Amino acid sequence: MNSQFPVNPSFTKESLKKQFRLSEFLAEKIISSVAFLSIAIIFLIFIFVFKESLPLFSFGSDAKAKTEIQGTAKPESYGGTTTEELKPESYGSEPVSNADLKPETYGSDPVSTEDLKPETYGDVKAETPETTATETPEAVSENNEGADKTWSTFFTTEWVPVSENPRFGLIGLLIGTLKVTVIAMLIAGPLAILAALYTSCFASKRAKEIIKPIIEMLAAFPSVVIGFFALMVLATFFQSIFGYESRLNAFIGGVAMALAAIPIIYTISEDALSAVPKTFTEASLALGASKWQTAFFVTLPAATPGIFAALLLGVGRVFGETMIALMATGNAALLSSNPFESVRTFAATIGSEMAETVFGETHYSVLFFIGSLLFIFSFALNAVAEFYVKGKLIKKFQGK
Amino acid sequence: MKDIKIHVNDLSLYYGEKKALKEISMQIPANKVTALIGPSGCGKSTFLRCINRMNDLIPSVRITGEMLVEGIDIYDKNVDVVNIRKKIGMVFQKSNPFPKSIYENIAYGPKINGLKDKTQLDEIVEVSLRQAAIWDEVKDRLGDSALGLSGGQQQRLCIARTLAVSPDIILMDEPASALDPISTSKIEELVHQLKEQYTIIIVTHNMQQAARTSDHTAFFYMGELIEMGKTNTIFTKPLQKQTEDYITGRFG
Ligand SMILES: Nc1ncnc2c1ncn2[C@@H]1O[C@H](COP(=O)(O)OP(=O)(O)O)[C@@H](O)[C@H]1O
Ligand SMILES: [Mg+2]
Repeated sequence: MNSQFPVNPSFTKESLKKQFRLSEFLAEKIISSVAFLSIAIIFLIFIFVFKESLPLFSFGSDAKAKTEIQGTAKPESYGGTTTEELKPESYGSEPVSNADLKPETYGSDPVSTEDLKPETYGDVKAETPETTATETPEAVSENNEGADKTWSTFFTTEWVPVSENPRFGLIGLLIGTLKVTVIAMLIAGPLAILAALYTSCFASKRAKEIIKPIIEMLAAFPSVVIGFFALMVLATFFQSIFGYESRLNAFIGGVAMALAAIPIIYTISEDALSAVPKTFTEASLALGASKWQTAFFVTLPAATPGIFAALLLGVGRVFGETMIALMATGNAALLSSNPFESVRTFAATIGSEMAETVFGETHYSVLFFIGSLLFIFSFALNAVAEFYVKGKLIKKFQGK
Repeated sequence: MKDIKIHVNDLSLYYGEKKALKEISMQIPANKVTALIGPSGCGKSTFLRCINRMNDLIPSVRITGEMLVEGIDIYDKNVDVVNIRKKIGMVFQKSNPFPKSIYENIAYGPKINGLKDKTQLDEIVEVSLRQAAIWDEVKDRLGDSALGLSGGQQQRLCIARTLAVSPDIILMDEPASALDPISTSKIEELVHQLKEQYTIIIVTHNMQQAARTSDHTAFFYMGELIEMGKTNTIFTKPLQKQTEDYITGRFG
């Protein structure tokens, strides 16, 4: 039999030689460096946020410190007001005697001298020492009280960051954040999951093609628009139903955030439900199960890992949502179990107060500390969602 | 005729415009094994899925003709498809246990039928697993995931799951096609035992399997029923030339 394909006889070492493909090489390098860059950026963001809250962790500085400061001390100086025998390697250590000042010490801030390096943090204050000092005298003194005092106020309920005796009670904010999150998830979770179940198990193909993109489009809504909607429409509407006192409260915030969380939960749950093999559905139907029995007892359980992940991501979204919280929750750090009381969330606190704090003072550091908390929390949520789902799915569909 | 379970009269099925089954008429006897053979794509699975209305799931499907089970047309408007499927169980080509425990797989059917009593459920699970000849292999690990079983065990589990809802008719679509020879012979043996109590219709592409397990054989070709008769007759002196060509391996 004659083959009409010419056989290439040169099956030689030459023809098999390793080739260098420039375009592939470049593409590969570019892709990996971009990927690396984005990871690095995430890390840098976290380090920056955390760094700004670090003065809170410099224990050991005591009240004596503030008395030693001269009028020239810059209040905002980066944690560097503690003048006594702090070890140079500790953050914010500030050897006043500029002789032993190590230039590389982080945040070291030799206040007393002119050899201040322009690139050091806080050098801007050198130009306007009087103004800042007069602006926030209480804050200055408070800052110098040391971290111990600040920490002790964390576990109180009062959030009074600007006063003679500032208190940074995170409990009130935490409760507020949790309250809004719980309300939002109680609304968004069932709605989104049921909608996903409907589209993946009951809706006709055409209906699905219409519904899915519409709900996903909600995800692209700017949260300020949702916040505005909540502020103007929802607040009034629900007030006329429930008749509560404060127009803006945890419930309104929760409803608005549910609107933001629904598309996320819906999309991911829908994908998880659609990924359940058709063979399970067929098996169930062939046993004489009705459509809804199949949906609830076979499809839904088989998709639990994905739905769990969807809920976690929804929580993450609500937890960190700032604009809606600012606009719709009332922003008063009240401590009550009533869902119709105003609350103040972590994210909203940062969003509203960051612009008014003085660089480097305790309030500023506390806000960054809260930012770190949010970061850690959402990172953990995402990590759990990712790893839990991977593990569970493998278990589920491979029977380990 | 009491011993005919299913009468099929002029049944045609269309996938959209395409006619996949052409005026099929046949009678399927009760408490016997009927084998459906034919080259791939000839409509065996399609026909099998007509019997428990699984084709309802495909929107483009249109069916004409009659499918009478014990004299009742299952495509009648007043017939509830869910009830049909409770009476007519199905075992699929690819074993498809739920991602649940072995116990839950079997108990699923009775549970959705409203059975809650634990002792009764336990009993059904054991009886079904015994009937499917898999009890001894799994009795110590009923709580384990069914997906951890081997392919042959999974398929027998699926048969047990079907038996647990006590159907009259069991449809099997190439139940052993993905299995090793030992598992295959276990399934064949099982089919042989089950026909005492159930009417079984089995699709197979394996001639020996059809010859070994079935009492009657129907030969399909290009959506048409070419010939149906006692397995013995079909395999020794078929009436049609096409049938003979197929079983002697001249095509397909
Ligand atoms: N869901 C479907 N949509 C359209 N055509 C189909 C579908 N399922 C099967 N068919 C067609 O119907 C014919 C019979 O298929 P099938 O019953 O699966 O054959 P067999 O089981 O005998 O191999 C084939 O030509 C196949 O392409
Ligand atoms: Mg088939």
